[in-house]
Amino acid sequence: MKRHLLSAADLTRDDAELVLETAAELRSLADRPIKKLPALRGRTVVNLFFEDSTRTRISFEAAAKRLSADVINFAAKGSSVSKGESLKDTALTLEAMGADAVVIRHGASGAPHRLANSGWVRSSVVNAGDGTHEHPTQALLDAFTLWRHLGEERKGGLEGRRVAIVGDILHSRVARSNALLLKTLGVDVTLVGPPTLLPVGVESWGVETSYDLDAVIPKVDAVMMLRVQRERMQGGFFPTPREYSRRYGLDGRRMATLQDHTIVMHPGPMVRGMEITADVADSDRSVIVEQVTNGVAVRMAVLYLLLGGSESESTE
Amino acid sequence: MTTPYLLKNVRILGGEPTDILIKDGVIAEIGVGLSAEGAEVVEAEGLIALPGLVDLHTHLREPGREDAETVETGTRAAAMGGFTAVHAMANTNPVADTAGVVEQVWRLGREAGYCDVYPVGAVTVGLKGEQLAELGAMADSAARVRVFSDDGHCVSDPLLMRRALEYVKAFDGVVAQHAQDPRLTEGAQMNESELSGRLGLAGWPAVAEEAIIARDCLLTAHVGSRLHVCHVSTAGSVEIVRDAKRKGWNVTAEACPHHLILTDELAATYDPIYKVNPPLRSAADVEALRAGLADGTIDIVATDHAPHPHEDKDCEWAAAAFGMLGLETALSIVQHTMVDAGLLDWAGVAERMSSAPARIGRVADHGQPIAVGNPANIALYDPAATRTIEASASASLSRNTPYAGMELPGRIEATFLRGRPTVLDGKLWEGTA
Amino acid sequence: MPAAPLAPEGRTVLDARDIGRALTRISHEILERNKGAGDLVLLGIPRRGVPLAHRIASRISTVEDVEVPVGSLDITMYRDDLRLKPARALLPTEIPPGGIDGKVVVLVDDVLFSGRTIRAALDALNDVGRPRAVQLAVLVDRGHRELPIRADFVGKNLPTSLSERVSVRLADLEEDGIDAVSIEAKLEVTE
Repeated sequence: MKRHLLSAADLTRDDAELVLETAAELRSLADRPIKKLPALRGRTVVNLFFEDSTRTRISFEAAAKRLSADVINFAAKGSSVSKGESLKDTALTLEAMGADAVVIRHGASGAPHRLANSGWVRSSVVNAGDGTHEHPTQALLDAFTLWRHLGEERKGGLEGRRVAIVGDILHSRVARSNALLLKTLGVDVTLVGPPTLLPVGVESWGVETSYDLDAVIPKVDAVMMLRVQRERMQGGFFPTPREYSRRYGLDGRRMATLQDHTIVMHPGPMVRGMEITADVADSDRSVIVEQVTNGVAVRMAVLYLLLGGSESESTE
Repeated sequence: MTTPYLLKNVRILGGEPTDILIKDGVIAEIGVGLSAEGAEVVEAEGLIALPGLVDLHTHLREPGREDAETVETGTRAAAMGGFTAVHAMANTNPVADTAGVVEQVWRLGREAGYCDVYPVGAVTVGLKGEQLAELGAMADSAARVRVFSDDGHCVSDPLLMRRALEYVKAFDGVVAQHAQDPRLTEGAQMNESELSGRLGLAGWPAVAEEAIIARDCLLTAHVGSRLHVCHVSTAGSVEIVRDAKRKGWNVTAEACPHHLILTDELAATYDPIYKVNPPLRSAADVEALRAGLADGTIDIVATDHAPHPHEDKDCEWAAAAFGMLGLETALSIVQHTMVDAGLLDWAGVAERMSSAPARIGRVADHGQPIAVGNPANIALYDPAATRTIEASASASLSRNTPYAGMELPGRIEATFLRGRPTVLDGKLWEGTA
Repeated sequence: MPAAPLAPEGRTVLDARDIGRALTRISHEILERNKGAGDLVLLGIPRRGVPLAHRIASRISTVEDVEVPVGSLDITMYRDDLRLKPARALLPTEIPPGGIDGKVVVLVDDVLFSGRTIRAALDALNDVGRPRAVQLAVLVDRGHRELPIRADFVGKNLPTSLSERVSVRLADLEEDGIDAVSIEAKLEVTE
């Protein structure tokens, strides 16, 4: 593993599988009387959130605390982020406090990159979502969930499994990280959405693309629905929410065309009735709640693997 | 009386070694084995003499952003780059949209004395793209403005652009367009490409530049005026300009040094030192720009020298300012990308970095050939030198050079402005001001 | 793994039959000490402690005709040298369904050396539950203790030099399917 987790592309297949295996061990912690391990005792993890995201923040906080790390939550939203200095100044503050890891959520693509490579801090940097770029721990927890359902008892793990990622690919950091990571794990990924929401150059990502949800979903082993953000509904990317739902929403009728073993995923928060209907979200194909549970184990694995050992490669 | 200078064994435009005697602000004599009583002798063996460089596109930031650059520091950087004249862009604060502001900038340039400063006037009031600025008043002012530009903003309203092109005909002006369709580039951060999709940075499509250039060429032909296209950055733009020229339309174009050497791959570092408007493009675009500059489709190299204080670059990409320094490295990059690559000879460099920009800007005293009787505006350049660029060594007040740590060929050894050195022995000549 | 030429095979100190006899003896000692197999839980320390624990359990079941619960206890995150090396992969922790509260836990490991592994195991155990007693069974005790820890059941006491390495190979984990304990010259100073 590299010293930072900035992009799902930072992970080799061995790295990714190590995270999944470690997460599998750590998941059993939830069943033990003392849900705590001493691995990060005396280490400080800072949750630096420039955007609201209670669920991701809580997930990282629980993960760090279960590994006995000290956790500092730093919500920087509302400060003069647009001016730009605040990332650097905040980073210098964290450095002065002796953070061993900074978990950063930021609205600007590449902000975690800057934090890791600008010389502002010496700590490990974990990208908890940056702009429209990446969200690698979400991809890891999605991969972990897929693996538990579709790969754990199978030779080759997830190799050759098919996953459709559906919706606003253009603005989705979840889609980017998942496309990279799942490809690393040998999964066949198909990105599905209206042409206006597929990024330029997507053909070079090494994944399939389609504009036709109905044609894709009967063939896949998992369907991952992405949230359609409210501001996109006004952006002219599609004519109306109704037309979007009709063409790219997952409803009961479409769900009926899935194979028996196919699971339905969503990174949350869902816009019920928009990209997914309530009956689908609450069906027994849905592993949406489990994704949240797995999030803690996966983030524990990431923090442990980044911080648990020596910092042999890092020099000042 | 100024001290006469005798430049010994200098190669004019890279030709055979000869001597140049500079006296009373003009080139007094050219010939082998010259001698002159009381003249300072500059041993210039191996150095190339070029007419003093002229930049049609410089941001001096004064008035308003004196923390980034002043007329004095900007012209010092210009002199170090071999420039004897620069055109100061209008996006200052206040905007150079009245005779008063352009005269102030012009006067500051005279006082600094490192190079002549020709203010560019804004096309529209406050660069807002709504109403024409008093172009005539600026043209008639002491600054004698001939180049008008909203640079930093595109004059996107086609009717307003048409009117501007028509209006400047009255005083032989030119509209220098920053070609960027605003709607197609909302929130844009970098060249739209496979990479922008991967990096999650909003894309800046080539068509946003090309569509405006195509429209403006048509407007220019229609009203019979003169258009200059700022910082052409895409292969498609080169093709459109080439076509307009073939049709005989009065269109000129510039390319920036950074667009001749750097590509959008650098955005993958997320280091905003590489954030610039227009953005760095693909390697194919770089190739097309070089070819266009070589065949004359692109008339000139202009620096788009854009100083920014440290804090405006030491942040995340989206929050950072657009722009990079250019004056002190322009000639080295042209040597590296064009001359050393066999695409351009030194006469071609003189045409594209001195004569042509002076002609487009209607600057009479600059861009003249190195010939007896002409103003002694001369840059002496050592093409055999190599230097490693250090941001901290810049004469500019700002440090945002994208070339820090790069080894580039060539160095300006001396710059003469009307017979007086502004740079000598590769250093600013402190007797200048 | 070092790419250097293979080290001399070393001196075999226990062969498969020796190991079998030692485990049989340990099994009997465990039963004697605890007066039967009633509340016993065997926890192997991965990797090699786990197959040893299973072998002991099967010997006990032959003698006593009871199934002794067997599990594994990973100590990776409890190691005192965790920070001295890059983060290590975790090994399985499997606590038998009945848990360990009130039980007699016998920790099983292959080699007892500095005692630090057992110290970590005691800490790990503490987070899993509260046994009535904890005992320690090892195949080999090579001495050089750095902590006040001793084994209750020892297959063989093996005086060694610090410049030597004790290598335990178990059929369950090795490709060649051979049981053997050997002493080799240390290739490099690791621990």
